Amino acid sequence: MSALLIAEHNNKEIKPFTLNAITAASQIDQDLHVLVIGYSCEAVAKSISEIPNVKKVIHVDDVIYENYLPENFTPVVIKNSENYSHIICSANTFGKNLMPRIAALLDTSQVSDIIKVISTDTFLRPIYAGNAFATVKSTDTKKCITIRPTSFDPAPTTGGTAEIVKAEKAEVSDLTKFIKREEVKSDRPELGTARVVISGGRGMGSGDNFKLITAIADKLNAAIGASRAAVDAGYITNDHQVGQTGKVVVPDLYIAVGISGAIQHLAGMKESKIIVAINKDGEAPIFSVADYGLEADLFEALPQFLEELNKLNTIQK
Amino acid sequence: MKILVAVKRVIDYNVQVRVKEDGTGVVTDNVKMSTNPPDDNAIEEAVKIKESGKAKEVVAVTIGDDKAQETVRKALAVGADKGIHVKVDGIIEPLAVSKILQKIVEKEKPDLVFMGKQAIDDDCNQTGQMLAALLNWPQATFASKIEVKDKSLEVTREVDEGLETIETNIPSIVTCDLRLNEPRYASLPNIMKAKKKPLEQINASDLGVDTKPRIEQIRVEEPPKRKAGIKVASVEELVQKLKNEAKVI
Ligand SMILES: Cc1cc2nc3c(=O)[nH]c(=O)nc-3n(C[C@H](O)[C@H](O)[C@H](O)COP(=O)(O)OP(=O)(O)OC[C@H]3O[C@@H](n4cnc5c(N)ncnc54)[C@H](O)[C@@H]3O)c2cc1C
Ligand SMILES: Nc1ncnc2c1ncn2[C@@H]1O[C@H](COP(=O)(O)O)[C@@H](O)[C@H]1O
Repeated sequence: MSALLIAEHNNKEIKPFTLNAITAASQIDQDLHVLVIGYSCEAVAKSISEIPNVKKVIHVDDVIYENYLPENFTPVVIKNSENYSHIICSANTFGKNLMPRIAALLDTSQVSDIIKVISTDTFLRPIYAGNAFATVKSTDTKKCITIRPTSFDPAPTTGGTAEIVKAEKAEVSDLTKFIKREEVKSDRPELGTARVVISGGRGMGSGDNFKLITAIADKLNAAIGASRAAVDAGYITNDHQVGQTGKVVVPDLYIAVGISGAIQHLAGMKESKIIVAINKDGEAPIFSVADYGLEADLFEALPQFLEELNKLNTIQK
Repeated sequence: MKILVAVKRVIDYNVQVRVKEDGTGVVTDNVKMSTNPPDDNAIEEAVKIKESGKAKEVVAVTIGDDKAQETVRKALAVGADKGIHVKVDGIIEPLAVSKILQKIVEKEKPDLVFMGKQAIDDDCNQTGQMLAALLNWPQATFASKIEVKDKSLEVTREVDEGLETIETNIPSIVTCDLRLNEPRYASLPNIMKAKKKPLEQINASDLGVDTKPRIEQIRVEEPPKRKAGIKVASVEELVQKLKNEAKVI
């Protein structure tokens, strides 16, 4: 049997995490097919056909799929699911919203957020905010799996020549209407894939003070993250939240500023290669995961940090 | 309008969870348990809607062993009118939970079902979406704002890109984010009053739902530990280390 991956895209471009999910999916089954559902998204189907891991692209195009609604996407996936042993997508808000709806209709117990493929039916996944890892074996004949994207490298994007097959749309649902999406556009690297992330917490004290973080992010070409407390306080928008109920990041360098290091925050960043913590409380739990801890007042440390960076001849980008 | 809210009993979010030495799970003996945090937001929202006059009744339901009743009692103490405890022992997967909830929905006929977006023990983030599929209802997941209209809900959802707004027909499933509201505390008099509110008990086996796990838990282990790092004395030292030792800038 083969595996079917559901691509996430914005009708123009494939979303980066789809590439990580493709890597995981092809570890499960090399005969990997990708389902592209959207509107006027030929370019997306074409670029996915060029990914060497992908053996076939199924393209369903209709105006009803312009905005992603799980009520409309699910029937398409079900209709195309027959010949597949695994249905797969990434465990971000796209896949988390969609996959369980599919799984329930296929009467299969979904395996969420896997971080390792052990065999075609056995996977490793974090539970309890990453405080334990569970090895789980699915006994369902058809398996629905979501992938933690940051645990797999992105697949290469060129060199493949998969065939693209058009498929018919499925029934339309009028249960839900898409109204709007307020996307926060920025020129910075995406939080999930950035090489460097600098995050601020409640210790920042205000949204305005985040400019101290922004200045360093500019210098390091870093993405900006935040704790839940900083988002709750309105210092910064929700798309920046790192943690159990936010995003998971695994950058080469993670700098936590004014963040205490609650387990729910650690769940989103403790796999980072190098962790720096800047906190005025020497007992803050964040120091227990930090490679380099600086016990200092952030309002003094951040301007100094920028100054020291300015002295460097070269900075990796 | 009637609102059903699903509440799960989990290890309290402040507890440092420990893995059992035999690899069969995590330590739960003598560990503080609480309502799954976003389920508190789900209850709060339902009670607020009732207080605004837009809903008449709030029913809280939990699925689990006898102790899970505490979770329903707490929901009753903060304003739910009636509780339901569906008794099952042992591990129960989101698919089975959603099938049980489907039966409860058929019986109670609510107009809305509110749930948490994710249980902080299994971190599955599945049950609401599954229930929506089984009922063929719309799903508004990861809600941080809910506006009740005549025959629909307008819901703001937290998504990776930022915020999304959708309108769902009623009946509808909503899964709640922690940012939806500020859950109230139960006052002592209300805790006492809650003891007199009706709490119905049902055996899962009487509902005709197969709750046998489909996923075998082979082993639970501790994640790899990070090596302890060092404290640096100054920003200058920090930058030098990042440049020359870690080589990340
Ligand atoms: C179900 C659930 C899910 C959650 N999910 C998440 C999640 O996804 N992500 C997340 O982050 N949290 C999450 N939380 C919240 C989490 O438990 C913590 O409350 C939160 O992470 C705390 O944020 P913080 O570290 O910014 O704030 P605090 O804990 O208040 O810490 C602020 C820190 O700043 C330091 N500080 C203050 N002033 C200065 C200064 N001038 N200089 C230097 N340091 C200073 C203080 O010493 C302190 O350590 C969740 C909670 C629950 C219950
Ligand atoms: N055993 C249960 N009893 C009641 N509600 C549950 C149960 N399991 C899950 N839920 C609901 O489903 C939500 C999501 O859980 P999960 O899909 O396990 O992450 C929770 O926040 C609860 O609202």
